[in-house]
Amino acid sequence: MSKFKKKKGGELPAISTASLPDIVFMLLFFFMVATVMRDSTLMVTNTLPAADQVQKLDKKDRVMYIYAGKPSDRYQDKFGTQPKIQLNDKFATVADVGAFILAERASKRQELQNVLTTALKVDGETNMGLITDIKQELRKVNALKINYTTRNGDYMQNLK
Amino acid sequence: MAKRSAPEVNAGSMADIAFLLLIFFLVTTTIETDSGLNRKLPPMEDVVDPPIIKERNIFTVVVNKNNDLLVEEKPMDISELREAAVAFLDNGGGKGEDACDFCQGARNKASSDNPEKAVISLKNDRETDYKVYIAVQNELVAAYNVLRNREFARLNPNLGLSFVEADRRYSDPRTSTSEKEVLKPKLAEVKLLFPQKLSEAEPSKTN
Repeated sequence: MSKFKKKKGGELPAISTASLPDIVFMLLFFFMVATVMRDSTLMVTNTLPAADQVQKLDKKDRVMYIYAGKPSDRYQDKFGTQPKIQLNDKFATVADVGAFILAERASKRQELQNVLTTALKVDGETNMGLITDIKQELRKVNALKINYTTRNGDYMQNLK
Repeated sequence: MAKRSAPEVNAGSMADIAFLLLIFFLVTTTIETDSGLNRKLPPMEDVVDPPIIKERNIFTVVVNKNNDLLVEEKPMDISELREAAVAFLDNGGGKGEDACDFCQGARNKASSDNPEKAVISLKNDRETDYKVYIAVQNELVAAYNVLRNREFARLNPNLGLSFVEADRRYSDPRTSTSEKEVLKPKLAEVKLLFPQKLSEAEPSKTN
């Protein structure tokens, strides 16, 4: 009787791959959203000091970044171990800070030009002399809003 | 019973599930934002005659090149700095016009008149470590926050927020405009009671 015919083989039906594009798009979107674009590669060591009375630095389009610290290992034979300033992708001297700020300011939209903040991402081991010099330069170009970017944590970590 | 072939799974709803997940991640993922201590630098132009501030209204903090702290001419450990700054700001030793009716300090005649007059002056050496400087800044900001939290709670007992939380909500772009409108005058009021007067000495030219 055909009613009780034995099924041939145990092969499974093929799994539909119609949803594969959806999954791929989902992943794509997820990574697009979650990825933070780092627009300049760090050439200095950048262990930020810890602080707990911090305010958030929202609105990335209103922030200009200045990095400072000792050159990273691979740049040390060329640039030495003294703390240096990094602007965009290049090492710079204190005298370049003013020009950099003016150029950055000019590249922003008109209505944002007066509300810009300068984020100082400085390595904890740096001496204050360099930071004082940067601050003097910032005052010269009237970039008065600054933010000492820190890591979230107890301040006692800084004293070790 | 006979073994039947497994029916094909309906994949039509897969896209819906995918979108659901996508939206879930979109909503819950927060892009990591930087945070730090906001400061405002003084403008460059030279003040012709600087305002005269009485000695008792200045709280001097000096950090030397060995990262030691000198507060009001006495060495101090950084763990005591917050308390000392709070005591100074909240002192309220003024009389008459300068009286401070909300201060809860010791009313010491040799310390600040009122929070509006009180200035914290921070001086550092060129050799000071940046991380120690940040620790000192952090403690001084913390002292202001302690007092602002106290006054904020006193003026807005029903809000259930501290000054710091309210300020965070205010600067959060996700907060609705109506809530911001409510918070704005309340924050301004407390900021007026305890204005953050943190002066940094001009770098000395001799060293």
